[in-house]
Amino acid sequence: MDESDLPTWPPGTDLETVGTGVPRREAPAKVTGGAVYSSDLRLPGQLYAAIARSPHPHARVRSIDTERARRQPGVVSVIAGEEGGEGVTWYEESVPLFGPVARFAGDEVAAVAATSLEAARDAVRALNVDYEVLAHVVGIDEAQRPEAPSIHGTPGNRTTDPKVEERGDVAAALAAAPIRIEHTYRTPTAVHNALETHGAVAWWQPDRLTIWASTQGVTQVAQMTAEALGLDQSQVRVITEHVGGGFGAKQVPWKDVAIAALLSRRTGRPVQCAYDRHGENVAAGKRGATRQRVRIGADTDGRLLAIDAELVGDSGAYQTAGEAAALWGPYQGLYRCDNVRTSVTYVYTNTGPAVAFRAPGYVEAAFALESAMDELAHRLGVDPIELRRRNHTGVDQQQAKPWSSPDSLPLIYDRISALAGWDARPRNAPPAPGGDGGVRRGWGFAASDWLAGKANPPGYASVELRTDGSAEVVTTVQDIGTGTRTVLAQVAAEELQLPVEEVRVTLGDTAAGPPSPTSSGSATTPTMAPAVRAAAADARHQLVAAAARQLDCAPGDVTLDHGKLVAANSGSRTVAEVLEGLSPAAVHGWGELVAVDDSVSVRTFGAAVAEVSVDTGTGEVRVTRMVSVPDCGRVLNPTLVASQIIGGVTQGIGFALTESQLVDAELGLPVNDSLEEYLVPTVLDICPIEAVPLDRPDTGANQLGVKGIGEPPMIPVAPAIANAVFDAIGIRFHELPLTRRRVLDALAEAASPDESEPA
Amino acid sequence: MLTLTVNGQPHPVAVEPRRILLDVLRRDLGLTGTKEVCEMGNCGACTVLLDDEAVYSCLVLAVECEAQEIETVEGLARGQELTAVQEAFVACDALQCGFCTPGQILSMEGALRRRPDADEAALTEAVTGNLCRCGAYRNIVAAAGRVAATSSGGAG
Repeated sequence: MDESDLPTWPPGTDLETVGTGVPRREAPAKVTGGAVYSSDLRLPGQLYAAIARSPHPHARVRSIDTERARRQPGVVSVIAGEEGGEGVTWYEESVPLFGPVARFAGDEVAAVAATSLEAARDAVRALNVDYEVLAHVVGIDEAQRPEAPSIHGTPGNRTTDPKVEERGDVAAALAAAPIRIEHTYRTPTAVHNALETHGAVAWWQPDRLTIWASTQGVTQVAQMTAEALGLDQSQVRVITEHVGGGFGAKQVPWKDVAIAALLSRRTGRPVQCAYDRHGENVAAGKRGATRQRVRIGADTDGRLLAIDAELVGDSGAYQTAGEAAALWGPYQGLYRCDNVRTSVTYVYTNTGPAVAFRAPGYVEAAFALESAMDELAHRLGVDPIELRRRNHTGVDQQQAKPWSSPDSLPLIYDRISALAGWDARPRNAPPAPGGDGGVRRGWGFAASDWLAGKANPPGYASVELRTDGSAEVVTTVQDIGTGTRTVLAQVAAEELQLPVEEVRVTLGDTAAGPPSPTSSGSATTPTMAPAVRAAAADARHQLVAAAARQLDCAPGDVTLDHGKLVAANSGSRTVAEVLEGLSPAAVHGWGELVAVDDSVSVRTFGAAVAEVSVDTGTGEVRVTRMVSVPDCGRVLNPTLVASQIIGGVTQGIGFALTESQLVDAELGLPVNDSLEEYLVPTVLDICPIEAVPLDRPDTGANQLGVKGIGEPPMIPVAPAIANAVFDAIGIRFHELPLTRRRVLDALAEAASPDESEPA
Repeated sequence: MLTLTVNGQPHPVAVEPRRILLDVLRRDLGLTGTKEVCEMGNCGACTVLLDDEAVYSCLVLAVECEAQEIETVEGLARGQELTAVQEAFVACDALQCGFCTPGQILSMEGALRRRPDADEAALTEAVTGNLCRCGAYRNIVAAAGRVAATSSGGAG
């Protein structure tokens, strides 16, 4: 059954299980140590792999002497160089798995399988690799200079030609605009740093390859691995029971999968290959740094007349598959504006490859655009939220069609304003230039949109009914810690009128059914929940038809009423009785979501308010309160949605204040490649967070009115914080993160009369 | 050969002196509830109790632990009956991916062994060395509050 053949759950529908805070189903397993992650796997005869990585940011591998490594105790197999990679190519550039050229410090050159991890690591240290060191370049500005070393032989180290999108006449509109704001904004390289590193266990048996992967996409891993290894996809099975965090970096397979597979083929034994924390920091993806030259023109009421954005992002040494960082997005879509031009360029640098990281591109662009909008509001003396209202659009201006939820943003503005107490916020007296050494407080606001959060078809599911009164949902999709199992159980329970405890969910295994989407683009729930609902409805229809036959009446006369099938005039039967009557046939419902309505543009909107304190003596910014109001359509489970919101806000606080991968320009080496030096937030960095989704079914998105929630809450956080810092100390920051050093420098500059900007 | 006492059970194991407790628990004893994340004492995911004290098992050599009682996340619940901390983590949804969860829980359990009436602030203080990349901290604080309310209720 196709989900679009079912009636919508209209707003206000009285639902029993959907919309309640059903506890996360795997929580008991996760608090008792029973949840098994791919890194926990211990198969009989399993070997452990370790990877040799280039210590140089750019080097040619002249030769690799593996003799000493092979003689180490416990070593079973060593694969090195192009021969060791067996023709497997990687990344969008299709470079050899172990390339003759290393393009970042951490690029893989060889791997070892041994009977213990210690032995494998010892053997890696015993490899003798002869490198010819080449000139390197890090940093997007430096990589674009004519004299920069060329990383892939492309002009200006660009990955492709700039992607330019323009509507209207931006130059003329900017020139004519009475108010103009122009700045160059910068965002740092941020590392996902999921606590479970990228890793896989591969077991190559004759004609089939089984992979237990820490991934956001079992189907994606099966497809890409089969392609890379020259196998038929039917020969590759990928299993993911639990994942220790992904945040985008695990939406494509990384080299751990191929290395484990090749070593397993050579040894005939299962091989576990997991990155260590250093590898995770340098070679498993990042949110690439950006430089954004933004020019905004507005009229004296604050209505946008023109936006021009020159956007440059750091791709690292290679391009990866998966979601692109859509840096153009907020500029093109968040506000009504007839004249918009965005130009996006990604450049290669001799650093680890970038990959999608929670709302890729939008998090970076929102910092710039929403800082500029706040500046415009202050320049005009217009309330920042009122300024957004004046620039609201209900239309996707790029595609010239309406949003599926055109009034979401105005409703969000109302809701967050009331929740935060925005209009009653304390108004600061102008701060002393440079601060007076005391602590000042401020409030900031930012809005957001996100191009995803809609279904990513196809999604397939089945639902089988059991005579014990239970149901089993089966789908291949994975649960990456967002609560997918739980919400799918709720949706099936709703449609079948079962207690949610009576619904089992089996997922995370490509052998269990047809392909499923990767958990990216906040697409899992809007794709899979409608498919599961359709499967459950199909099962219900089969059950009703069987009951009608047994009760000798028309199906239209039978209704399901909480475990009983009641016929208008012919009595009733329990579900178990009907199923027993059917035996050995069974009720096996099938559901799918294979297309989405193209007549509307589905977006997920949101907004955040931040309260901060800034210590003008130490430069420390502390976020003291966050309010977040995202729109994810109908809320299937308020507890799980709130968890996603606080998680996104927490990562946003890290992005705003502390997170930045630092690479020494001269050495080309990351200097903070550990969790001691790369500063993710701790429990003491996080303030109270009010997480209040709009909870308004978006029936343009699908029949359930559900949209995704994973990514959007992170988007407005950093600009809301930066705007609050401006409110506190009167200094506008154009670069993240807002470290103490940066804040102190800015305070010192503001205190120097020569440097102060004219009002 | 040495004998490690883990969750009340003696385990004779032969390990090289250089091997850390974390690794022996996970690889030799199959107790994979204790998670390996950083291997250098940065993140707290490998926290276990050593004679009732929360320690990072990546910073302890297995051979140092022979005379001590080691407790891991697998040893906390009695059958289906969760400890107050485990129950609070479930009730408050104080986890997402769950990879940091065993360490968070054992850090709080350690604080409770020291002070059974530990308040929310003390239990939160106990997990300052436990990173959670999913950002479940606010719910972890809520779980600390729930445990504190239960334990002080019990004490009163």
